[in-house]
Amino acid sequence: MSAVAAFVDLLAGRRDPAGLAPRDWDGVIGVARSEAMLATLAHRLDGAALPHAVAALFADQRAAAEVAQRQALWEAEMARRALAPVGIEFVLLKGAAYAAAAMACAAGRQIGDLDILVLAADIRRAENALLKAGWEWVKSDPYDDHYYRAHMHELPPMIHSGRDRMIDVHHTILPKTHRITPDALALVSDAVTSGDGFAVLQPTDMTVHCAAHMLADGDLQGGLRNLWDFHLMTRDFAAADAGFWGQLDGRADLHGLQAAVHRAARLSRDLYGAVLPGGWDRQDPGDAWFRRRLLARDDWGRVTNPLLEQVFYIRSHWLRMPPAMLAKHLWTKWRKR
Amino acid sequence: MRHSVRIAVGPVQFRIGSDWAGPVAALDRLYAGYPRDDARPADATVRLFAARPWRRWLRPSVHIGGDFIVPGALPLPLSMGLLAAEMAMNLQVALGWRRHLLLHASAVARDDRALIMSGESGSGKSTLAALLGEGDWRLMGDEFTLIDPAGGDAFAFPRAVSLKNEAIAEVAARVDAARLGPLLAGTPKGDIRHLIPRADAIAAMHAPARPALLLFPRFGRAAGIESMGEGEAFVRLTEASTNYVALGEAGFAALTRLVRETPAFGITYPDSAAGIALVEELWAEAAR
Repeated sequence: MSAVAAFVDLLAGRRDPAGLAPRDWDGVIGVARSEAMLATLAHRLDGAALPHAVAALFADQRAAAEVAQRQALWEAEMARRALAPVGIEFVLLKGAAYAAAAMACAAGRQIGDLDILVLAADIRRAENALLKAGWEWVKSDPYDDHYYRAHMHELPPMIHSGRDRMIDVHHTILPKTHRITPDALALVSDAVTSGDGFAVLQPTDMTVHCAAHMLADGDLQGGLRNLWDFHLMTRDFAAADAGFWGQLDGRADLHGLQAAVHRAARLSRDLYGAVLPGGWDRQDPGDAWFRRRLLARDDWGRVTNPLLEQVFYIRSHWLRMPPAMLAKHLWTKWRKR
Repeated sequence: MRHSVRIAVGPVQFRIGSDWAGPVAALDRLYAGYPRDDARPADATVRLFAARPWRRWLRPSVHIGGDFIVPGALPLPLSMGLLAAEMAMNLQVALGWRRHLLLHASAVARDDRALIMSGESGSGKSTLAALLGEGDWRLMGDEFTLIDPAGGDAFAFPRAVSLKNEAIAEVAARVDAARLGPLLAGTPKGDIRHLIPRADAIAAMHAPARPALLLFPRFGRAAGIESMGEGEAFVRLTEASTNYVALGEAGFAALTRLVRETPAFGITYPDSAAGIALVEELWAEAAR
């Protein structure tokens, strides 16, 4: 039995954890750790009949994730206190947003950096306000700094000197040089307020961003986690609003991200058993490559197909910038090695 | 992976995989006397691997990995594979363990009460613990001491003791040679030789001990004792803990309780005999 298949089956609810042999758990836990999803699995299997050692480890993970989320939301509050006095409102993105909105995918989800979205017009003032409030630059490399400012969708990463936590300040959700240009103004102006009082993207935009982050921007590192977010949020948004899938289609089209959103939906069906409405429930031969990339882990948590990983890495750069610019960028990066 | 072994140290079940037979065979020998439960799922995974396939044979160098990886960590030559395994096991515990507050400290116990010694590398905390563990103390560990956030008890992590430089000869003179690992000469941390804890210490590795005395030893100066306030002990131990921040409020509660309930001293000592004498003197007061 492949460990990554067992892991995905357990999340999807297709496999009874009681049916796993004691030693099968090594691989499942190894894969879950390498995907940064051990606490997510621990939540998914909360209350299931598990070997004692696994139950104890999962309880540790749930408790640790709760602390980590509280710390992540505190960091969001710190950003609010730095930016509110200068009149800058921001929208929380990704993990912190899911936690602030108490979404199902937030249960046990690891939250890395604080990701926030501000209007492009506010970005310089946001930067100054954060620098005054104790954040500082992480990268000192002038090329990287220039590259971020000229071509990326976010400021160069900053870290808070006292709390040692990173913040990524975005002004849109894809690099400026990307073939696709989402409507950043619509993202910010249609944001909604979460239960915690933070602004988060409205449901269709949040879903589009999740798909964009997974399939249009990155190289599918952490893809299983992003896909799990996508699966749970679409399931719950559709349950709350019967017209959700139709609205999602329209919104994805507005941002130019229909292909990514549809692919994410199909992959969530293939891996996690999502039920899709008509018009979404199709087959695409290209999906097989994505499935293979997402499942390329052995029972020691290692990537099993480095060549495929490399192909997706190159693809992510190919999407991010035009060929001539890509060549120049890779040349500069290579000379700096 | 090609070669693997499962080891339980205190509450942590390790699964260690290696591209080479050597490190696994060395671990097998050092940990032969530890309880084995091969059906128990692992808490932590360690990988010792070659960065490129040919580096398995050609100038073989061991990279350290597992659940947690430190980017840019330098590999070690295969002759130091045992040190690589030790470092990798420590790394997984330091970064991954959440059940207890982890203190980078050695500990020994007597009558179910624990003496905890924290200090930087070279302070002598390992050597003191190893020597006390050969007397009428139970060795709890030379690297990590685990504090239960709920009850405040100390738990043992009695891995094979990592003896360094002059401490090797000092301890080797007192123990059966069968309890010593191979000499790893000229490692980045100096000469290293592992000491297998006594069988009774391994058998009692799950037994809790109530913290009774906190010491911050410093080797190489005239004998001296300095009482330490709660505040200073607290700050020093936050720095000696690898998961204090990650545990949040539970970590703060566990650590404040520890420094409030446990007398703390800084000690300086010129040699091991003087160090042990100071420990016994302070223990006689603390354990009253």
